[in-house]
Amino acid sequence: MNLLGKLDWSAIPFDQPLIMGASGGVVLVIALLLGWITFKGYVPYLWREWLTSVDHKRIGIMYIILALIMLLRGFADAIMMRAQQAVAAAGAQGYLPPEHFDQIFSAHGTIMIFFMAMPFVIGMMNFVVPLQLGVRDMAFPTLNSVALGLTASGILLTNISLAVGEFSKAGWVAYPPLSELQYSPGVGVDYYLWALQISGVGTLMTGINFVATILKTRAPGMSYMRMPVFCWTSLAANLLIVAAFPVLTATLAMLLLDRYLGFHFFTIDGQGNAMMYVNLFWVWGHPEVYILVLPAFGIFSEVVSTFSGKPLFGYRSMVAATMVICVLSFVVWLHHFFTMGASANVNGFFGVMTMIIAVPTGVKVFNWLFTMYGGRIRFTVPILWSIGFMVTFVIGGMTGVLMAVPPADFQLHNSLFLIAHFHNVIIGGTVFGLMAGYNYWFPKAFGFKLDERWGRASFWCWLIGFYLAFMPLYALGLMGMTRRMQHYDVASWQPWLVVAAAGVVVILAGIVSQVIQLVVSIRDRERLKVTADPWNGRTLEWATASPPPAWNFAVLPQVTDIDAFWKKKQRERTQAQPPKERKFEPIELPKNSATGFITAFFAVVTGFALIWHIWWMAGLGAIGTFLTMLAFAFRDEEETEIPAEQIARFEQVNQAEIAV
Amino acid sequence: MRYGLLAVVVIGAAMLGGCAEGVLDPKGPIAVADRQILLNSLGIMLAIVIPVILATLGVAFWFRASNLRARYRPDFAYSGRLEMLVWAVPAMTVFLVGGVAWVGSHDVSPRKPIASTVKPLRVQVASLDWKWLFIYPDQGVASVNRLTIPVGTPVSLELTSSGVMNSFFVPQLGSQIYTMAGMITRLHLQADHSGMYRGFSAQFSGEGFSDMHFDADAVTSENFAQWLDSVRSAGPELNAKTYADLAKPSAAVAPFTYRSVAPGLFDSILVSEAQPDDVMCRSYPRSMRAEK
Repeated sequence: MNLLGKLDWSAIPFDQPLIMGASGGVVLVIALLLGWITFKGYVPYLWREWLTSVDHKRIGIMYIILALIMLLRGFADAIMMRAQQAVAAAGAQGYLPPEHFDQIFSAHGTIMIFFMAMPFVIGMMNFVVPLQLGVRDMAFPTLNSVALGLTASGILLTNISLAVGEFSKAGWVAYPPLSELQYSPGVGVDYYLWALQISGVGTLMTGINFVATILKTRAPGMSYMRMPVFCWTSLAANLLIVAAFPVLTATLAMLLLDRYLGFHFFTIDGQGNAMMYVNLFWVWGHPEVYILVLPAFGIFSEVVSTFSGKPLFGYRSMVAATMVICVLSFVVWLHHFFTMGASANVNGFFGVMTMIIAVPTGVKVFNWLFTMYGGRIRFTVPILWSIGFMVTFVIGGMTGVLMAVPPADFQLHNSLFLIAHFHNVIIGGTVFGLMAGYNYWFPKAFGFKLDERWGRASFWCWLIGFYLAFMPLYALGLMGMTRRMQHYDVASWQPWLVVAAAGVVVILAGIVSQVIQLVVSIRDRERLKVTADPWNGRTLEWATASPPPAWNFAVLPQVTDIDAFWKKKQRERTQAQPPKERKFEPIELPKNSATGFITAFFAVVTGFALIWHIWWMAGLGAIGTFLTMLAFAFRDEEETEIPAEQIARFEQVNQAEIAV
Repeated sequence: MRYGLLAVVVIGAAMLGGCAEGVLDPKGPIAVADRQILLNSLGIMLAIVIPVILATLGVAFWFRASNLRARYRPDFAYSGRLEMLVWAVPAMTVFLVGGVAWVGSHDVSPRKPIASTVKPLRVQVASLDWKWLFIYPDQGVASVNRLTIPVGTPVSLELTSSGVMNSFFVPQLGSQIYTMAGMITRLHLQADHSGMYRGFSAQFSGEGFSDMHFDADAVTSENFAQWLDSVRSAGPELNAKTYADLAKPSAAVAPFTYRSVAPGLFDSILVSEAQPDDVMCRSYPRSMRAEK
């Protein structure tokens, strides 16, 4: 028996200069970074304040850092694909052989959905939701840290596949039979499956945590109908996570059983049925779309309302629309495969259901429009992203409804029209929303604003780049170009693909502007320094210091209305009150815990061992994870107390008004 | 700026129209119907989407903070009438497009035979790694990577796959349909104009996928008869042995034909992946499985 399973030196592609260069560079950068951190003596600080932190704000920020790094990785894949398709026309093979190109588009999809958009959205919710609810932490702080650890483990495994072995070549949806052992004998699909299984468990934990937090821990007086809309959309997204992610886990588990233990769930022989995988995958997959976009809708609601200086128009409609989308998202999955031969009634039903989702979504767009109507709009970077979103998203929504018409889908399914559509809604919806949120809440997280000029430059580059990169794909789809082509024989497609490649370069300029924006802002942080409420905000997160203390609120706010903080400011303006003598009480906070970090370590070990069939190591990893859980379950103390004097001191320095 | 935009639109339309070869340049009744449904839906939605985009930009511009003529209404957060409108407008739009979808879904259902006085031509399609096999069961011939069909005759397709999923698609003739191992899907197409149309797989199927395209050659009835004669007089036979050779993975295979086909070969592709000792599989009519 081989002690290292399938792993040997041939797993590392020494003969591929491109891969070796890229992974070598990444390893070098990580080594340099770790070396610098150690040399500067930052390790204890990192360990104490970040890696073992169970503070929802720290965890949120770490999620977003992960997401931004993975954005760069996924975008690098995008550049390579666009470059390949721009040159590989009419007989030319381009610079990427199929076996490499297939890995790149599989990795691009997997990374952008699971390891960029998801952590970004979850990070945003982590940072904002407890602050908006006016509470001190999540319902289960340590679980939160474990969830982050598991997400990071999935990300790490995906990136290890770059240098050790290969990634999946079966696309990000990994349809069997192609993803079965018979057609994908390598470790690529195993990397995909275990990375998603491990991070999927983390996502499920996050979902449970947020549902519990939003339902059970709100500031006194904050009834459901006084919750900020972002909390509502987060609740909807997390309900979807709780309902949908177990389906993905079960589906991938069945594929794993097929691959590892010779089961026949989706194989061609033994009565397996590959269509069952397709059904189950999209039963998760369509709600996933709304998991990503609903929180973005929430961000736009906050941003549009704040910068228009008005309450959100039709709050109740917005809430209703959110929950309608939440429910309907589970009855539309079949529109991902109208072309698999279902009957006209089935196709017609799912087509119409899909369109019905466009109604609440349309309501939202109108409500944002009426929120701006009669406002005094301050054109800051977050509102630019929001307006860019409104214009872009209705186009994406329209093409989506178009493909919900089954006969139109018979012609457009899997074409570049589809690619243009879902990038139109995911970039135009989710990514624009996250960028708006990033610029909007950054001053709350770090106490200084992001540079406006570079922020605007970044927005315009993204917007123009997006249109340049994806409008040609709509045209190509109508011309009959299908997705995932490593080369093509129709010369007339090439000009469009060259334009698309140019668009990607413009988006690259947008990303570079964002990096510069961050660097410039950190350099000028004294000039960009802000107090608690830099935007004249409306919700409770602006009622506490920037950055907020570990305990968020010295005294829990009393909520009497929606837009609680805005109403309080109004009250103070109209009726001058004598400053009240404030008494502080000691606050109990959850203690730091290494559970998340250690679990993540063992998860990576287990995942890596399973991918390479190193059974003893998988066993050790699993036992390690279990023991970590056990140790956590038997902990003696879980909270520390912040003395009242420390809180009083902080309040005095920061002058933040908290008693709403 | 405005002329620039106009120029882009005109050039874009010209390029799309000129070198389309795609779904906007249909050559058969199904493709024509698909395009009509697509354009109808698009038209209905554009009627609402374009005003929304313009209104968004207009409202954002007019209510900018520096515009002193715009009236600030900080408490305008609810209006029953507007709410009514806000729900009704998308609902009406969806009602219309939903109707188009429901009716269209029945009109051009891939399973529905094309109404015609001409007797349909039966073709059995199998996707292999990475080429297409077309069997003409009534004529007893077969062809690889070229689907020759007579103009004006409905073509009744039965499709399956030898292994991984693919999707059979000739945009100019109409709807695509998946090919899946162990299952049969059905599709009805027709060409109204003779010509060579681009066909390909629209579902990624592995390494040779990019070369997995074929020609759909629509010819007149006389030419089709001639073609049949020429096919029958030359080329190899398609039987279990030559099929096994063909089924081995290969890409970019130049079109060729088989002069005869062993009876029941298509059915053997259907069940070839089933384990011989699996009694259930054998007794179960496989051809019904995809349709259930």
